[in-house]
Amino acid sequence: MHSIFKAPLAALAVASLGASAAFAGSHSSLSGELRIISDMSNPAPRAVMEGLAAEFDEMHPNLTVELEIVDREAWKTQIRNALSANPPDVVNWYAANRMLPYVNAGLFMDVSELWNESEFEALASTKGAMTIDGKQWGVPYTYYQWGVYYRKDIFEELGLTEPSTWDEEVANCQAILDSGRKCYTIGTKFLWTAGGWFDYVNSRTNGYDFHIALARGEIEWTDPRVRQTFDNWRQLIDMGAFIDDHQTFSWQEALPFIVEGEATAYLMGNFAVAAMRDGGLDDTKLDFYQFPVINPDVDFAEDAPTDTFHIASGATNVEAAKEFLRFVTSPDVQTRINGGDALGQLPVNAGASVSDDKFIQQGFDMLSNNAGGGIMQFFDRDFPAEMASVGMEGLQEFMVFPDNLDDILARLEDARQRIYQ
Amino acid sequence: MSSEAAQLETRSWYKRNEIAVTPWLFLIPGILFFSVYVIIPIFQSFWISFHQWDGLGEKVWVGTANYERLLGGDRKFETSFWNNVRWLVLYLLAIPAGLFIALFLNQTVTGIRIYKSLFFFPFVLSQVVVGLVFSWFYLPNDGLFDVIVGWVGIDISGGVLGNPNTATYGIIVAGLWPQTAYCMILYLTGLNAVDPEQVEAARLDGAKGWKMLWYVILPQLKPATFIAFVVTIIGALRSFDFIAVMTNGGPFGSTRVLSFYMFEESLSEFGFRMGYGAAIAVVLFFLMLGFICYFLYSMWRDEQEAR
Repeated sequence: MHSIFKAPLAALAVASLGASAAFAGSHSSLSGELRIISDMSNPAPRAVMEGLAAEFDEMHPNLTVELEIVDREAWKTQIRNALSANPPDVVNWYAANRMLPYVNAGLFMDVSELWNESEFEALASTKGAMTIDGKQWGVPYTYYQWGVYYRKDIFEELGLTEPSTWDEEVANCQAILDSGRKCYTIGTKFLWTAGGWFDYVNSRTNGYDFHIALARGEIEWTDPRVRQTFDNWRQLIDMGAFIDDHQTFSWQEALPFIVEGEATAYLMGNFAVAAMRDGGLDDTKLDFYQFPVINPDVDFAEDAPTDTFHIASGATNVEAAKEFLRFVTSPDVQTRINGGDALGQLPVNAGASVSDDKFIQQGFDMLSNNAGGGIMQFFDRDFPAEMASVGMEGLQEFMVFPDNLDDILARLEDARQRIYQ
Repeated sequence: MSSEAAQLETRSWYKRNEIAVTPWLFLIPGILFFSVYVIIPIFQSFWISFHQWDGLGEKVWVGTANYERLLGGDRKFETSFWNNVRWLVLYLLAIPAGLFIALFLNQTVTGIRIYKSLFFFPFVLSQVVVGLVFSWFYLPNDGLFDVIVGWVGIDISGGVLGNPNTATYGIIVAGLWPQTAYCMILYLTGLNAVDPEQVEAARLDGAKGWKMLWYVILPQLKPATFIAFVVTIIGALRSFDFIAVMTNGGPFGSTRVLSFYMFEESLSEFGFRMGYGAAIAVVLFFLMLGFICYFLYSMWRDEQEAR
């Protein structure tokens, strides 16, 4: 019986949302309970998510928002159970290939009609990453650039400048090593950080199209072009550019090396900036550069993973869930949650303003003007799950024992032939 | 006579079969839960292991393909299997270690209860906490272990847990700490039951030291040894928590054991290959079955002897 009333009233709520989110509150028709499970468990994102839930709750007096925050790593395995048994209304997840199992299993709700609303034209740049089989399965709320974060003060001390070519990168690194420091910190205990290095070295060596073809299983791992990637990477490994014993550290445990100046750079996503600032690196000490050119014939491709919200197909309060998705993608909310004092990342809505934070500005500029090759979602999101896990393990082994390369590539090729058949 | 027969007839069916039926009535809840949670899942695992299945969609029948891949040269499987063997062998050290600590603590000194509880303490701690503490202990450069072996000039590249040659042993040592405490408590209880008269008699016959231990004390501790053996073997085969906390199977998969590999294939972030995971589970099941059969057999034999 309630469905008769709900549709027109919900339409009213949409219309009233318009420009200012605050307006919608007084006309809200949403009622009941909205259950959200979020993986935004790190301190800053957690505050953002709790703020969003509280605000949405306040805007809709008859609606109770029930928020449950799950550890980000744990959520990667819990999402299956959460979606299939007693599903919540809204969940966090990731764009592109990572959505595929849930879309195929019918656990995410098709939200294409949201994307047909005029407000969603401002999200056009991310539509591709949310599309599977011509339908959209969720909305993005943030994305962030990857790149090299480095100790500006140490570069100045050694008279180095931001490198733009591989030769400069290697020369810089030699100078850094000569000063008794390591060039790069990294913690590969959980493997994925090595995937970031591979994404960059491979896409700079062979280009975006080659990288994505490799991810799709169309190219053999024993291909000479793949070997070329590893040869380039090995140049740094043989120099001793990476910190020792990185296989025992998580990415957070690798942070002290750059904070204390034992290593000068960190190839990372922008989410690491908050932690480095907490460690005492202010903008005079910390800076950012785009991963340098290796092969001048290929255009820049950048890692810029997109984080998302989805409606579970078993959601009980679909209207409220959709309204919440409209709410988080609205320009106003996008500006606020991606600001330097909040997530510190890039807004997905073209109408939102980019924070004046130095790193966000540089990242926005890089991704808008200097990523002609294409946008990668990251190794573990572009490659199918099994290939990603076998692959990243191989990459970690390569970083510790580069001599095992032949064996590693043979193993990866073996896995490729089995996985993509 | 006839009246007795008539009386038999008039008794209800339950009354007539009381002796035969009642045990089954008491057993029903146990049987029910044991089948639902143990027996049926075992056969479900067998069934799933013949399929390719992501846990959500349709199962695809693949016959014995999972087993062919698993036993036909899957290197992850081989590593896991040999690590399991290492765990089984080295974990048994907990039994003699536990015995000697128990013998050492089995005396009447002021405050012995405190010492006993201190020795028992690691078993009370969560395995996750023990694993975490040991991984700090093993940290390269800053870890206490690295500092100590540094004094004698040994440098393990990558740290204990970062070096594929030492990582498994490092984890086993961490596992031995609480397991030794467990065996110790089993032996302490066992020592309470040692017959003082026999000890007295042995002493009169001139037995002491090792001979006393070997010929008089140990035979009386046989039940405790059996239980310690069982829990240690089972502990070694389900050595999952330590690995997950300390190395997550790394470096490059060198510390995987079968249970961890099974988890990785079927339930981890990049897993959800339920068929393959189930195939590993089946192999692990048969390995465990070997031990379980041995335990059951020796329990049965002991019962026969007791009669």
